[in-house]
Parts: sequence; C-alpha cells; structure tokens
Amino acid sequence: MAVMEYIDAIRLAMKEEMERDENVFILGEDVGVKGGVFTTTKGLMDQFGEERVMDTPLAESAIAGVAIGAAMYGMKPIAEMQYSDFMLPATNQIISEAAKIRYRSNNDWNCPIVVRAPIGGGIFGGLYHSQCPESIFFGTPGLKIVAPYSAYDAKGLLKAAIRDPDPVLFFENKKCYKLIKEDVPLDDYIVPLGVANVLREGDDITVIGYSMPLHFCMQAAEELEKEMGITAHVLDLRTLQPLDRNAILESVRKTGKVLIVHEDNKTGGIGAEVSAIISEECLYDLDAPIMRLCSPDVPAMPISPPMEKFYMLTKDKVKEAMIHLANY
Amino acid sequence: MNDNDVINVENQHEQLGLSDGQVIDMYRYMLLARKFDERNLLLQRAGKINFHVSGVGQETAQVAAAFALDREKDYFLPYYRDYGFVLAVGMTPRELMLSAFAKAEDPNSGGRQMPGHFGSKRLRIVTGSSPVTTQVPHAVGFALAAKMKKQDFVSFVTFGEGSSNQGDFHEGCNFAGVHKLPVILMCENNQYAISVPMHKQISGKISDRALGYGFPGIRVDGNDALEVYRVVKEARERAIRGEGPTLIEAMMYRLSPHSTSDNDLAYRTQEEVDENWKKDGVARMKSYLIRLGIWDEDKDADLVVQLNMEIKEATEYADRAPFPKPEDTLLHVYASAEEEKSWQ
Repeated sequence: MAVMEYIDAIRLAMKEEMERDENVFILGEDVGVKGGVFTTTKGLMDQFGEERVMDTPLAESAIAGVAIGAAMYGMKPIAEMQYSDFMLPATNQIISEAAKIRYRSNNDWNCPIVVRAPIGGGIFGGLYHSQCPESIFFGTPGLKIVAPYSAYDAKGLLKAAIRDPDPVLFFENKKCYKLIKEDVPLDDYIVPLGVANVLREGDDITVIGYSMPLHFCMQAAEELEKEMGITAHVLDLRTLQPLDRNAILESVRKTGKVLIVHEDNKTGGIGAEVSAIISEECLYDLDAPIMRLCSPDVPAMPISPPMEKFYMLTKDKVKEAMIHLANY
Repeated sequence: MNDNDVINVENQHEQLGLSDGQVIDMYRYMLLARKFDERNLLLQRAGKINFHVSGVGQETAQVAAAFALDREKDYFLPYYRDYGFVLAVGMTPRELMLSAFAKAEDPNSGGRQMPGHFGSKRLRIVTGSSPVTTQVPHAVGFALAAKMKKQDFVSFVTFGEGSSNQGDFHEGCNFAGVHKLPVILMCENNQYAISVPMHKQISGKISDRALGYGFPGIRVDGNDALEVYRVVKEARERAIRGEGPTLIEAMMYRLSPHSTSDNDLAYRTQEEVDENWKKDGVARMKSYLIRLGIWDEDKDADLVVQLNMEIKEATEYADRAPFPKPEDTLLHVYASAEEEKSWQ
C-alpha cells in the first residue's frame, strides 16, 4: 500500500501490465520522451523503450486505427488521446471499426484495444480542453466505457481494461489527476468492468454518478449528515457501458429518491439512460421524481473564470440538489 | 486457333521466377473471379441474392498481387471489389456464395455483412467495413506488430482511387513511412468513385503521394499481370528487408457498374466502356499464354466448363444452406464470459 495520486495509479497500472505482458504497448502524442502532457506515461519509455512507449505522428485516427490493426494481430495496445476533446477524428475508427469487429466477423476477429482519454474541466482549458465526450460513444454496443473516480479504481479498472478481449474506452478525469491522493495497493489487483460500487450507505436519498463529481457528492453527503441528519446512499457507476443495472435499481429501491450527477451535458447524457432504466424497472418504488444535476446544455465550457465556475459542478451545487431531493 | 498460330513471343514470366503452371494458375483465378462476378450479377437480377458489388476489370491486378505475396504468412486487408484477390489467397467460391446469400455458414461474417466485406482469420484476411479506407491504418497496425514481434510477414492493403482521398489513407501512409513498416498499399485505380470520374477526384497521380511520405510510389498497368506481380514482389522484398512501405497505383478500369444498384450509363458512355474492354487483363493473359504455346482454346473451353461447374455447385450449396437463426442477431457483441475469463 502506498499513498499516491490518481495519475500515479494510472501510470502504475500500465507499468505493471507492461511488465506482465510483452504485447502491451502505449502509443500516442508526446507519450514517449516527454512522458505525456500530464506526465501520465512519465518514465515508462526509459523502462520499456521507445517502441513500446511510442511517440506517434499527430493524427488521432491513425493512433486509433493502427492500434486496432495491431490488436487484431494479437497485441494489446493502449492508445492515448491527449485530450478527449481531440479524439473525435478517431471516432470513425472507434465506432465503425473497433466496436464492430467481433460482431461483423461473427466472432472470428476481436479488437482488444484500450483508448485512454482525459475528460473534464475546471483547469481553465476552455472549450477544447475540458469536454466530457462519453455520451458520444455511449450507446455504441461493442464498446466498453470506464470512468474511474478514485485512484484505487483507476488502477484496478485500467488493468482490467488492458486484459479485456474487447475495446475499452478509459476516460480518466484530468482534474482528479493531482487532486485525488489516496492509498493504492502496490500488488496486482483488478477492479472488474461492469460492476458499480456503493461509496456510501444511506437511507434518505440515492445519488448516482461517476468520475470527478462524485467527490463533490461525497463531501456534500458528509456535511448533510452532520448538519441535517440526511443520509445519502452514493453509487459510483465506474463502468458506463455496460451499465450495472442491478446495482442501479438496488440503490434506488433503498431510498426511493434518486439524483443523478455528471459533468457531461444533461441532454442525451448517461443520466438520461440511467433515468430511463429506473423509470422502466422501478417507477413505483420512487417517492420523488428522478432528478439530474449535470452541466448546462451549451457546446462546451468557456475559459473565463466566472463562466467556467458557472459551468462546473461544485460541492455546493450538489448539496443544494441533494437537499431539494431530500425535502421533496 | 491451332498450334500453327502460335507466335513466338518472349517468355516474360520465367525471369520473374514463375513457372508455366503458376501463370496458368494465375489465369485460372482471374477467370474464376470473372465468372463468379458474372454469376452474382445474374443471381441478383433473378432475385436470388440482394446485392452484388462488382470487381470486373480488376481481377488481373488482384490475382497477380496475391501471387506475389506469401500466402502462408502475410496479412491481407482487401477492399470490397477484391473477389480475385481473396479467391487467390484461399477463399473458395462456396464461401463467397455463402456470403452472397447471407447464410449462417458464411466464414466472412456469418451472413451479417453485405457481400464483398471479406474476412477470415484462417486465411489472414482481416475483417473489413463499408466506410472506405479505414483498413489502411489497420494494415499499418499489422505491419507495426510484425516489426515489434520481429516476424517476417508483410501486410497488404487495397483501396480505390476515390477512397485514397480519405484522411485514413494519408494518416496511415504517414505513420507507416515514419516507422518504415512492412506494408504494401495498392490503389486499384479503376477511374470511377461510383459515378465521379478520376479528374474530379484527384488532380495529380496517386503514386506521387508516396513521395510526401518518404517511400516509393509506383504506377503500374493493372491489366498487365506480370508487371503487377513484379512490382508487388519487389515491394514485398523491400518490406522484408526493413526498407519500409511501398505505394502501388495499379491502373485499370471498372468495366461493370458500381453495383447492382447502379446505372453507369447515366454518367459514362457505352463507347468508353467498350474501349476499355479491349484492354481487359484477363483476355490479355489468355492471349499471352496461347501465344507462348502453353495454353489453347480447347483447354480454355474446358476450364470455363470446370469453373462454371464449381460456381454452380457453390451456388446450389449456398442456396440450400440455412440462414442464421434470427435470435443469433444478439450474439458476439462482446466476448463470451468464458473467453473474457481466459483473458484475465
């Protein structure tokens, strides 16, 4: 066990998997000599060489497409997209190719790639260094989508993603990189894909979310319990696709009141699907309308500090929504 | 033609290391692809199959390229007109017919994909899609794997001249050039992207584009089987020596409409099509073999009978074969639980 940052946990996961399996390699922009623009791959080129930690030309579709080809041969590539905002040129490769290779070949070929991409704002990144594009890929069968909130999960989920026989999009939150610091085991463990995690037990309201905003939810929940005696049940989806439907329904049935929180836009976001699942499966267990707290439906987050602050979720915004739900 | 008509022509295949048997075999695959294509058109018109996308006019270069590769080792990323190519690397008319009829036993996709979307792990034919040229970066990925794992195979990828305008072509070429990867990119320039003629697609030569990516680009007459064979063989030798990719632009003409849903005379003339039939590479190969005295009209007639029989059997088999179970639509989105476990 060691105290480490979220970003260190991601790096450690890659290091361990590359030591364990020589077919695992990393490719992307600036991942080699520089060690990544966030230092996610720092030191890995020194250990594994420039072929396995490969600085590629600046061309996202090639990064994804070359990774897909190598994966079909039997390699296990980890393709890094420098910012998730820049992965859209690779969308055709991800959605038309990676997601459909097993299906279209009737199980003859498979495509075990991991695409890592940092999501989220709050770093003065403006429109194109802040986005949460998970809803673009969500709803594409054949893809798995992961978005960890803790350092422990980041390591365990990434290791599981690398060992998965199908394509996995790994959305790491760039605000979490340095902010989240916690105990992470130094030994080999995985956190299975497709399994949600109860972060906190509670009886009054249920909060469902993923990635960075869960930290606000947890802080708000602590305060609400102390200040008002409201106990919140908090569920971390961890894997966005496939969703852990049973865990969602179980957590909703526990309190009958549910708030869904994410930084991606409200319209067409993951919360819309979670909400639909709840409506379809356990509408009569609800004591209040399903509520969602998400980013506003504007194209992306502006850089100007007051505008960024307006756009971003905060502990206070989450707390207010939780009180509103509890009092309903 | 009888034996007295044999004209003394220069044997061009011997110096390329090809035996008489091999060039006759090459011709056989070209003709098989042609006959297969013609039969599919009839089957579509008769309402037996839903769709056919043709490769007529392109078989010569396809088959010649296949013969220049290592059909035991190399990885192939063909595009949708490559019937000649996939037949020459081992797919059978029966397997292709199962695809045309969208039957469960189709090895390409189990009846899921349109015909012409080839794939077979057994034959190292990499599964393909319909958005064009996505296979180029995949081919580069296979070549990267060859380099990383120190394996002596190459990847071979084809595409049309229209799709050579896609970003994936350029991104793939650049990546392959930077890392000197063993990939051969062959553009089958059939002069039409559905209805849009070459002069509205490109203002230069596709082969010249290789210059910008730092590797050789070669334009070759795609109706000349032996020239295509030579160029692809040399490209393979360069790749295996670690000298990197080669871009080949094989010039040809799409003799048939784009697909069974296309009326080509809406955008080109019958005269133009007729002119190009005179350059047909399959007829040219036959004539070469006959002039060399290693083939004759009797043998040719026998071959046509034999190929038609093979295609007829394939058609009957595929027609009778069962469709996939409707509920099998739900299978193979992800790995099975057992497969997943074995990877962990």
